[in-house]
Amino acid sequence: MNTEQTEFFPERREHYLNVAYGVKSWLLTTDHKRIALLYLGSITLMFFIGGAAAVLFRLELMTPQGDLVISETYNKLFSLHGVIMVFFFLIPSIPATLGNFLVPMMIGARDLAFPRLNLASWYVFVIGALLTLAAILAGGIDTGWTFYTPYSSVYSNTYVVITIVGIFIAGFSSIMTALNFIVTIHTMRAPGLTWFRLPLFIWAHYATSLIIMLGTPVVAIALTLVILERVFQLGIFNPQLGGDPILFQHLFWFYSHPAVYIMILPSMGVISEVITCFSRKRIFSYSFVAFSSIAIAVLGFLVWGHHMFVSGQSVYAGMIFSFLSMLVAIPSAVKVFNWTATLYRGSIAYDTPLLYGLGFIGLFTIGGLTGIFLASLGLDVHVHDTYFVVAHFHYIMVGGALMGYLGGLHYWWPKITGRLYPEGWAKLAALTIFLGFNLTFFPQFLLGYLGMPRRYHVYPDEFQVLNVMSSAGASILGIGYMIPMIYLIWSMRYGKPASHNPWRSTGLEWQTPSPPPTHNFHQTPVVRDEVYAYHKQISPEGKQV
Amino acid sequence: MISVKTYVLVFFVLIGLTLATTAIAFVDLGGVLNVVVALTIAVAKASLVAVFFMHLLHSSRLTWLFAGAGVFWLGILLILTISDYLSRGWVSGFEMTLR
Amino acid sequence: MSEARGFLASHFDDVAQQHEASSLGMWAFLVTEIMLFGGMFLGYAVYRGNFSEAFSAASDRLDIVLGTVNTAVLIASSLTVAMAVHAASRGRQRALLFFLVLTLLLGMIFLGIKFTEYYHKYEEGLIPGARFRYEGSDPGRAAIFFSFYFAMTGVHALHMIIGLGVFLALAWAARKDRYSAAYYTPVELAGLYWHFVDVIWIFLFPLFYLLGRHS
Repeated sequence: MNTEQTEFFPERREHYLNVAYGVKSWLLTTDHKRIALLYLGSITLMFFIGGAAAVLFRLELMTPQGDLVISETYNKLFSLHGVIMVFFFLIPSIPATLGNFLVPMMIGARDLAFPRLNLASWYVFVIGALLTLAAILAGGIDTGWTFYTPYSSVYSNTYVVITIVGIFIAGFSSIMTALNFIVTIHTMRAPGLTWFRLPLFIWAHYATSLIIMLGTPVVAIALTLVILERVFQLGIFNPQLGGDPILFQHLFWFYSHPAVYIMILPSMGVISEVITCFSRKRIFSYSFVAFSSIAIAVLGFLVWGHHMFVSGQSVYAGMIFSFLSMLVAIPSAVKVFNWTATLYRGSIAYDTPLLYGLGFIGLFTIGGLTGIFLASLGLDVHVHDTYFVVAHFHYIMVGGALMGYLGGLHYWWPKITGRLYPEGWAKLAALTIFLGFNLTFFPQFLLGYLGMPRRYHVYPDEFQVLNVMSSAGASILGIGYMIPMIYLIWSMRYGKPASHNPWRSTGLEWQTPSPPPTHNFHQTPVVRDEVYAYHKQISPEGKQV
Repeated sequence: MISVKTYVLVFFVLIGLTLATTAIAFVDLGGVLNVVVALTIAVAKASLVAVFFMHLLHSSRLTWLFAGAGVFWLGILLILTISDYLSRGWVSGFEMTLR
Repeated sequence: MSEARGFLASHFDDVAQQHEASSLGMWAFLVTEIMLFGGMFLGYAVYRGNFSEAFSAASDRLDIVLGTVNTAVLIASSLTVAMAVHAASRGRQRALLFFLVLTLLLGMIFLGIKFTEYYHKYEEGLIPGARFRYEGSDPGRAAIFFSFYFAMTGVHALHMIIGLGVFLALAWAARKDRYSAAYYTPVELAGLYWHFVDVIWIFLFPLFYLLGRHS
């Protein structure tokens, strides 16, 4: 897409950050871009709290004995880590920050369909987070983030009810965001912006929002029933009264499996944007990538029983869920193949966003393949509840989702803040994170396969070497995460000012100044081209690229 | 749009169906058939409310898609879970049965 | 359409877009409600299938007359809501207010009957928990029946209370002639919500009240 390079002086031009100052202008804003930043602050805080729990239990796991914390405390630490990372970091992460910021801009709109609902969703999130944090400070929970009954509903003596209420409230926040995205994408696209001209980031967020709308209410009711059982001594999940614990698992995993797709799809959307920009090519087979997002959303609802192979579920159902789980891998594989084909013969620039993108493709592939191992009923019987599972999902969630998030944060940082981050430090951080990550989690595949169970604070001596490697990796990973915190905040004040399109990217969000004005566009854009029209770009020297 | 006459007519049909379902409940149709009839009447009532009172009749296809997707997803939840319970014991193994 | 333009939010291009977005937003929300109640319907179905006799026997303890009356009351309130939306679309302010108030009354009658039923159950010792006393053969399974009964009708009643709050606010605004033929979207959206609450009851009623009457 051809655009004129106009220079703006950030200090003099009005944009969404300087249009008003003061706490009230932030806490009462309805501007989707400011709300995105409110979320950015909140979820970053939650990430470091969840990470702190991980530091503690990785420290404990350096020795086979339970010498740092007692078992009850250890149980609370991994429960805290799971609850915070899943419900208060990963689920909101990209949608509430990058999604909120970019969805209206990418479709040429002035805001989301329901701006006040958007602000309300942030307050709801904060209330949920505060409640859960209060529960943690009071003593936490020891049920794991999975709240299996009847332990959670009858026997546990920890702060289950408050924690669940916090999660329930955060679920509302999630639904509000998803509803906003779906309605916005359907009704507010700019003239000429047909579905197949949408950025793949939008397709990814649309699919994610579908999952949120259809799945979250089911876990909400599952957790509500646990509360009712605890408070009123009902017998719904209590075998002693004729109840069925597996019913809880069905209701819980009906959401929590699709939840993992909520966590990965937005990241995949980021990768599609980054890969195309940094290979200066259109995506290989746009429609397949777009449809694969929808396919993941739909198929993802049909596989939850693979978490329940050894729970007492019928073997016949297990076989069906196993087969369906193999199917759901296919659209993910389609994406990986298409990204690779996009890179092939592209004009590659190894800027930080692409480094995270490449890391994503490699690590997500490992995570995804090990998911196939787990989907195989017979094999799962042996590695269920071992570190093999832990490694698998961390490859996807940290090696995949989190790397995509960081890549996206760096890619759109100039647009969000009007500043460039320091590329050298960013590359160093990306490398540190990549190395630290693999040292942390690859040994866990081996540990799991050798039989080390998860959620135990002690283990047999022969597992110590691999555990020490994992803990060492975790400390490197932790340092890796600190570095961007520091330079990103530094860049907001001291970074080089960014032009409206420092990456020479296509896409409507790059056609407006950095940072954007409050209403995003001075005039509603009209779209006449496919979205990744890099082949039509003119280079700075004036040549057709 | 939908006239007052239509609304009132739908109302009386709904009341009629309500009385019918209560009355049929006292007739023994043989276990499962009672449930099937009661649920069929309920689905009919719900459909009348949705189509006429909720204006689905005059709504966009997108709205139909949303409503249909909701019902379909509920179906996935019900069918896949219940098939677990129904198939306990089909393949011999380590399964739980409800006491 | 000039009255309507006063209600056009700045991020929308025109009234039609705003209306379409609002309507789709409410339908999307109702889809989440289908899944919310759906989870409980699933739990009910699983236990109904496995404990059918116990559930039938427990179901006999519910008051079928009150249940049927309540069903009729709620259906009537759906009619009055539909009439309210109809009046709003014609700009008939007094009719709108009349039907909103009627809906409020019918809703409160429903809740009154419901809480009377709850109180009866409390007196008979049929609220699950420490004070549950049931003379039939499967008290544990009966307790599960009543757990679902209270959970599902309770969540339903909560939705009704919220709905009545919304109608109260709408009636207040209608008194000040806030709505017109050009703009009555809040009334429409509240109506959709209320009809949905009615649909949930349409399924709750046979499942809880009409199970075992024939045996």
